[in-house]
Amino acid sequence: MKIVVAMSGGVDSSVVAGLMAAEGHEVIGVTLQLYDHGAAAGRKGACCAGQDIHDAKRVADKLNISHYVIDSEKKFRDSVISAFADSYAAGQTPVPCIACNQHLKFGDLLGMARDLGADALATGHYVRRIEGKTGAELHQAVDPARDQSWFLFATTREQLEYCRFPLGDMASKADVRAEAARMGLPVAVKPDSQDICFVPSGSYAEIVGKFRPDALEAGDLVTEAGKILGQHQGIARYTVGQAKRLGNAAVNDGEAMVVRKIEPQTRRIIVGPRQAASRHVQLRDVNWLIEKPTGPIHARVKLRARQDPQAVRITTNNDETSLLLDTASIAAPGQAAVFYDGSRILGGGFITV
Amino acid sequence: MIYLDANATEPLRPEARDAAIAAMAAANPSSVHGPGRLARRILENAREFLGAQLCARPQDIIFTSGATEANALAIHALGTGRPILIGATEHDAIRAAAPAAVILPVLPSGPVDPEILAAELKAHPGALLCLMAANNETGVLHDVATAGRLCAQAGALLHVDAVQAAARAPQDWLALGAASFAISGHKAGGPMGAGALVLAPAYGENLSPLIKGGGQELGRRGGTPPLPAIAGMAAAFNAAANPDISAYRDRIAAFCESRGAILIGKTAPRLPNTLCLAYPDIRADTQLIGLDMAGLAVSAGSACSSGKVAQSHVLLAMGLGPLAGQAIRVSLPWNFEAKHVLAFNAAYAAMLDRVLHARPSATTDTRKSA
Repeated sequence: MKIVVAMSGGVDSSVVAGLMAAEGHEVIGVTLQLYDHGAAAGRKGACCAGQDIHDAKRVADKLNISHYVIDSEKKFRDSVISAFADSYAAGQTPVPCIACNQHLKFGDLLGMARDLGADALATGHYVRRIEGKTGAELHQAVDPARDQSWFLFATTREQLEYCRFPLGDMASKADVRAEAARMGLPVAVKPDSQDICFVPSGSYAEIVGKFRPDALEAGDLVTEAGKILGQHQGIARYTVGQAKRLGNAAVNDGEAMVVRKIEPQTRRIIVGPRQAASRHVQLRDVNWLIEKPTGPIHARVKLRARQDPQAVRITTNNDETSLLLDTASIAAPGQAAVFYDGSRILGGGFITV
Repeated sequence: MIYLDANATEPLRPEARDAAIAAMAAANPSSVHGPGRLARRILENAREFLGAQLCARPQDIIFTSGATEANALAIHALGTGRPILIGATEHDAIRAAAPAAVILPVLPSGPVDPEILAAELKAHPGALLCLMAANNETGVLHDVATAGRLCAQAGALLHVDAVQAAARAPQDWLALGAASFAISGHKAGGPMGAGALVLAPAYGENLSPLIKGGGQELGRRGGTPPLPAIAGMAAAFNAAANPDISAYRDRIAAFCESRGAILIGKTAPRLPNTLCLAYPDIRADTQLIGLDMAGLAVSAGSACSSGKVAQSHVLLAMGLGPLAGQAIRVSLPWNFEAKHVLAFNAAYAAMLDRVLHARPSATTDTRKSA
């Protein structure tokens, strides 16, 4: 087969390229340049590649496969970074990796792979694609510590048919590193990437402030009854369910408070007791990886990336999808709710309320 | 593999290779002993030969590491204390060396707008104008004669980036009014590693260096000159041009246009070897990768160190909008042959067919607009 491999320059996707080449496929390595590394490092207009692109090129050279760098800076800025800032400014907590998978990896890159006449697109995601009776199924990775299925729920069934995830069956990251070492790849000992790739300093609020300064304007921390407990320095610093950074509002009438709601128009952050969690969650932009259910179904759901799935009843009426959780929870708008049946991903959506 | 990226670098010409190899074992041309004198002979022979080729006095030629340095040296030596004007489609070697420059818009066909040039020269007395003789991405030739005349009238200096034109569409740039021009060895079929700044007699002496070092090049450029690259450059400029190259170019252009491609800069005078072809709704990198996989080496945009295909500032300046990200450059090398025309046309057609087949809706759209 002719396979395009999305190569980030990290150990995971490098091993994927090596595995595909070893299987005898014609491998085309592609690295998306998501931002100008010169500008990120404060060198304006430097037009330069970061270490990751350099590493991807060296790996491709070592594997003797072709390799190309695709300029995806504008798309990434518009559909990931800017959307990330807008989401915070709207009082939500976005997941930029899902947007990147949706719009860049399984959007533009997949389209390009088709244009190039490739038979499949392989990535270094830790998920499994299993050929089922009615088409490709998406399953959690064998290694639960590495599973990335939550970040891939928005992949459409058509995209899934075209994708390959060779790392989903790896028992552990150590195995992947050992494989890289066996292939003689220089990235075998490269550290894992951390958190959000475009927030190298870890201060995501700084990035949000560049696009949406309004999201960093001060406002009130209030109770549900409207009592002002303190001030905050921007709604972008808060997520529904958060207990940190509440200052004077951390405790009210002897009870610990968490963020219950963020109102972007008034810049008010409403706090309340954690116990007042709800069993009801509404979703938008739901993607089904099974035939869309005609009636309510029982499944398990993860409302955050790192969470044990809990039982849920999912109801879909026209465009409305709502969840009834077994156990009341505080769901953060903007985050994903992903449905599971055992290891299989059934679908998911973004939390509205 | 058929190599069609001459504007990035010309294939090494055999005579340049021979000259470079012969110079490889030379001593340091600054040394006073016999071997040093032999090395100096290679250096000065190259300088005299290039002077004759380029209509300049040998002593007005300063060897550099390449054209980027030659351009930077010109802007440093001639532009310090002067307002700097540059064309909107200049190469990054110029743009980065003159970050505060006034940018002169180009006409949709590619050349700098002469009316605006005249007005800006009036508005910025005593300026240094930097203008490329030929654009690297489109091959469009700028009107250096008019620019030289306007500069003379306005008391401005003219520096010409002649990298792409020097061996393909040479002119007597100093006679046309340039104070200096930059050339590159490897864009003429020499080895990489040498270029030169060529100056008019009035500016050749007492030029303020960028790199002082050991006082080489009459104190105008420090550092031991790379003799093999310089000897190879001179030999490359001595080699005969391919007389049929513009006919090959036009056959490729006619075929691609018949398939719906848009020839950029079609109405402007252009280099004999360069084609810039846009195809609506197909990303430049998709075209480039598809052709590379078929064994055809073309490029898109200006090469960047990461290898990414960026949207072309040249095509944006020509007002091409989205097409700026959908154009490839086909630049025929000196050793291009007739049989390569058919090979390119077949691969181009196959690339289009594959992409358009993968998305049938795009086929109808583009065929209609084409």
